Amino acid sequence: MAVLDIKNLTVDFPGRKSVFVAVNDVSLSIEAGKILGVVGESGAGKSTVGNAVIGLLQEPGRIAAGEIDLNGVRIDALNDKSKRKLRGRRIGMIFQDPLTSLDPLQTVEAQLVETIRTHLPLSAKAARDRAVELIGAVGIANPHERIRQYPHQFSGGMRQRVVIALALCAEPELVIADEPTTALDVSIQAQILDLMKSLCTERNVAMLVITHDMGVIADITDHVAVMYQGNLVEYGATAQVLGRPQHAYTKSLISAVPRPDVRVDRFPSIDYIEKDRTPQRQIDIATHWLGKARAYDRAGGPLVSVRELDMQFETRASILPSRRRSFQAVRKVSFDIAEGETFGLVGESGSGKSTIARLITGLYQPSGGSITFAGTELTSLGKRRDILAMRRQMQMIFQDPYSSLNARMRVKDIVAEPIRFHRLASDRSEVRQIVEDLLDHVGLGAAAGRKFPHEFSVGQRQRISIARALATRPRFLICDEPTSALDVSIQAQILNLLKDLQAELGLTMLFISHDLAVVRQMCDRIGVMRNGELCEVAETDQLFEAPRHPYTSELLSLMPSMELLSRETPADP
Amino acid sequence: MILFAARRLFQALIVMLVVSFLAFTMFRFVGDPINQMVGIETSLEDRAALRESLGLNDPMPLQFARFVAGALRFDFGTSYQFRQPVADLFAKRIPATLELSLTSALFALVIGVPMGIHAGLKRESALSKLFMSLSLVGISLPTFFIGILLIFLFSVTLQWLPSFGRGDTVQIGSWWTTGFLTVSGLKALILPSITLGLYQMTLIMRLIRAEMMEVIRSDYIKFARARGLPDRIVHFRHALKNTLVPVVTITGLQLGSIVAFATITETVFQWPGMGLLFLHAVQNVDIPIMSAYLMLTALLFVTINFIVDLLYFLIDPRLRVGRP
Amino acid sequence: MAQQPSRNDGVSGAVAAFLDHDLVHAFLRSRITVIAAIFTLVLIGAAFLAPWIAPHDPFDLASISIMDARVPPVWMEYADPRFLIGTDDQGRDLLSGIMYGMRISLIVGFCSVVAAAAIGITLGLIAGYCGGKVDALIMRIADVQLTFPAILIALLIDGVANGIVGGLDREVYAFYILIVAMALSFWVQYARTVRGSTMVEKNKEYVQAARVIGLPAPVIMVRHILPNVMGPVLVIATINLALAIVTESSLSFLGVGMPPTQPSLGTLIAIGNDFLYSGEWWIAIFPGLALALLVLNVNLLGDWLRDALNPKLRG
Repeated sequence: MAVLDIKNLTVDFPGRKSVFVAVNDVSLSIEAGKILGVVGESGAGKSTVGNAVIGLLQEPGRIAAGEIDLNGVRIDALNDKSKRKLRGRRIGMIFQDPLTSLDPLQTVEAQLVETIRTHLPLSAKAARDRAVELIGAVGIANPHERIRQYPHQFSGGMRQRVVIALALCAEPELVIADEPTTALDVSIQAQILDLMKSLCTERNVAMLVITHDMGVIADITDHVAVMYQGNLVEYGATAQVLGRPQHAYTKSLISAVPRPDVRVDRFPSIDYIEKDRTPQRQIDIATHWLGKARAYDRAGGPLVSVRELDMQFETRASILPSRRRSFQAVRKVSFDIAEGETFGLVGESGSGKSTIARLITGLYQPSGGSITFAGTELTSLGKRRDILAMRRQMQMIFQDPYSSLNARMRVKDIVAEPIRFHRLASDRSEVRQIVEDLLDHVGLGAAAGRKFPHEFSVGQRQRISIARALATRPRFLICDEPTSALDVSIQAQILNLLKDLQAELGLTMLFISHDLAVVRQMCDRIGVMRNGELCEVAETDQLFEAPRHPYTSELLSLMPSMELLSRETPADP
Repeated sequence: MILFAARRLFQALIVMLVVSFLAFTMFRFVGDPINQMVGIETSLEDRAALRESLGLNDPMPLQFARFVAGALRFDFGTSYQFRQPVADLFAKRIPATLELSLTSALFALVIGVPMGIHAGLKRESALSKLFMSLSLVGISLPTFFIGILLIFLFSVTLQWLPSFGRGDTVQIGSWWTTGFLTVSGLKALILPSITLGLYQMTLIMRLIRAEMMEVIRSDYIKFARARGLPDRIVHFRHALKNTLVPVVTITGLQLGSIVAFATITETVFQWPGMGLLFLHAVQNVDIPIMSAYLMLTALLFVTINFIVDLLYFLIDPRLRVGRP
Repeated sequence: MAQQPSRNDGVSGAVAAFLDHDLVHAFLRSRITVIAAIFTLVLIGAAFLAPWIAPHDPFDLASISIMDARVPPVWMEYADPRFLIGTDDQGRDLLSGIMYGMRISLIVGFCSVVAAAAIGITLGLIAGYCGGKVDALIMRIADVQLTFPAILIALLIDGVANGIVGGLDREVYAFYILIVAMALSFWVQYARTVRGSTMVEKNKEYVQAARVIGLPAPVIMVRHILPNVMGPVLVIATINLALAIVTESSLSFLGVGMPPTQPSLGTLIAIGNDFLYSGEWWIAIFPGLALALLVLNVNLLGDWLRDALNPKLRG
């Protein structure tokens, strides 16, 4: 019999103007010892399913229809008190961000013991023994000592283990994990997924894993449910759904996932998910403003040349030099980027890859080493006018589509600002014309200029960022995790756009990402970074097929296997 | 811990030094001290002699050093109005102000904290809404007007409580006088301490409510609920303790400012404290009293801040225990 | 991503969109706020139109007679129908006095809030954006000042200024001294808030994008950061207007603010306080109630604005 049985669940949020249906007629079930994955992009309603099961829907959400059964007993209609008794006791929950999930003022022991004693009739001593045992079971060494520590004394991955221990306190029948590894690095993610999988089998717990990540689904789930805008579009055994998807949405979603093992020139574009794309008017690059003044004198040799770059951040300031502490973010890094090439930098968080981008653009001043751009050493430039001339040639696209646009400016002013500032157009009407052309060219349509950034979706915002970066007619474009905040389908579109622009304008690119699969699709050569050092630089195919540095091999081995995923590209409609 | 305390103490000393420099500047440059000290009929020679004997012709750093050295011995010079040592004037009035402030602070905490907790946890309840409305009125009524209303109601109309003074006091030790030990002293304390404490009480209540509401939204509270912990544990063990960190800081500052706000209350109730003394000094440009008052309140604030920092240290393990 | 309602152009569309805006909607839905806004407007109107609508001119010595002194409100014995809520100790009509007094209180309040905000925003932006030693210097000054309540600082500045100006000029300069004293005691709050928000905004990617474009720091501060930190400033300014009016009236009550020749509400209450014990309560109580009403309504507006602009607290 199924541990969890959801029948025709509908959840809606009555609002001021209309009722928003977040989950529409969804039916799912999980057996003991099995993992069900719910996958979908943002707005699919997948988290709402989890919150409905545990009875913690956000106001004003409500279950409008359907029922939820736990081991054959209906639980959705219980009163608040009985629902609370289920939580922790029979249903455990794991949240996304381990850094904020634990009370910072209580020891791990206190939080475990209070949870155990709330649900189980144990003495303080017995509860403590159980807490120690649990901490050991989730793979934390020295449980007797570490249990007495406070959350801030644990690393992110270790904290997520504590969160898992807390979810397992009272031997629940069902565990709900909402994006359990999204906030973690690849290597930690692999460990946590292994732990969840083994705990699930050992303790015969049913698990509901909610994620946007096809890799997580392929790695640990037995069954998968694909959701799209509140609807369940496909549901079945994981191998079946990923290998031979039936529904058009599933097919397009799977085809948009970048693969580490193959390289495609373009991601297939499917009408099913490309709805926010307005028909674009193509401009002729050869005659347009954007294509002009591209005849930079090619000095020969690399366009960008980084030598022995060092960067230290002071983490503790003090008058006494002996008490100062600093953090070496970048250590003796050297590489070249040839004209017209796309160079990739990969690494986990804190590896120093974004710092390098900020050093090249001059947002930070390096502690040592040199950066040469088109034959000119940037650190030696003194005059403001010379610096500006260099700045104009390099632009950057940022990670966060929300904060990278000034919310108080209209889109046309955001795009026009660099043109006006660098006096790249002769009069106002020309500026207006260029802005409209740029917005058209990145696929937004000229009318977008009158709106404010908040009126756009994340993908569209990233297009605005790209238009702004193009507005100085740059020669070198730095993309710092440009798609890591995007859903896979939007990511595919943005990556396509970047590829197109590079081909048209002959741009040189520095592409920074934590995602090896994305880097493989985009880059000609790749550098692997770890703890501020550059481990290895190689041609893309060579790096993936014959990595030389052990850390590169390790990273490659930790990548979720995508072998289950269908290779079929959906036929063009 | 010791390092932390030492650093805070050092910062406190710097603040005191800056404040004493301000007080000294005020003392030395606002008006001519000599003109204030002597009568119109004093001859120029006598004035010059006095100037020399007071050391007003010495280099400024020396004068400042002398000023600080004097302040350390509680020697703030002679009042222009009263022709008495400033220290004696303050010694007589400090007990009155401290007793009033202490009572008001207790009143503000004992009533304000539970009200704030309730309003933060049960945002929609009728009682919370009543508290919030009352607090808005409390924040909008200026302290002196609250005092006038209370006097009008309880002293003039009902004639229950006295409207001015401390009542009978009892001497303890060589200079401390207390109103806590006599019936008339206690009665005289009621209206002024309510007047003084009401504003702080509303502030503390609103602060706790706001912090509570913020903490309740945090992930660890959601996770605590998702673990099925009873409301009692979620609210008091997790939410309240996390609320305390910012609340202790600001409450400390508020309690310190009670002493400063006492100036107004003391004026309304003719309470013989140092606020009243200070106010008369401001009205009559009696600079030595003003600068002494500035230094004394600064000392008080710095002490309270120091205690608050230590409390902070006890509450928050992130300050106490380092990362491994 | 929530779907945006399509907006048609044109005036009616703009009006509809305005009424549809969440902030406006929340405003119209909160009945207390609407009432508070109406009250505030009526009070401000009464104060600024005082020369035209007040029943008497309290500054016209010819029309004042000491014979009319301390006349009670009309519903009491010995009242005079000319004076709706009675007269003060010099025979001035209390209602007119309150209207003129409120005008002075409001002007002083507004001016000091604007001055304090100007100082605070400028220093806060510079401290937050530049960081380092500039920041440390400005914030240390702010920290030291913050340990003293505003009223104490205003009192000290007032005392010192009076010491410097002295004597008869005191009445002439009282207005300016008050504004300077209050601006210098209230700027810290703006500076701290703006600095905090600026430090958050500075690290956002749109500011980095502006730097990558090459824009100079003052342009980035004024054009990019300033509009994004104005929300909290607006809230503080509203709440501080209430606080400034209270502080001004407290100072005047203590006898170091506005002189009796240019009475603000606080001055009127101070005058009335002397007659409380002899039964002429209205001279103090009515100006006090007017003051409380004004401050309460401004506070209500400020409270609502804070909740409306803080999306975290929207339930």
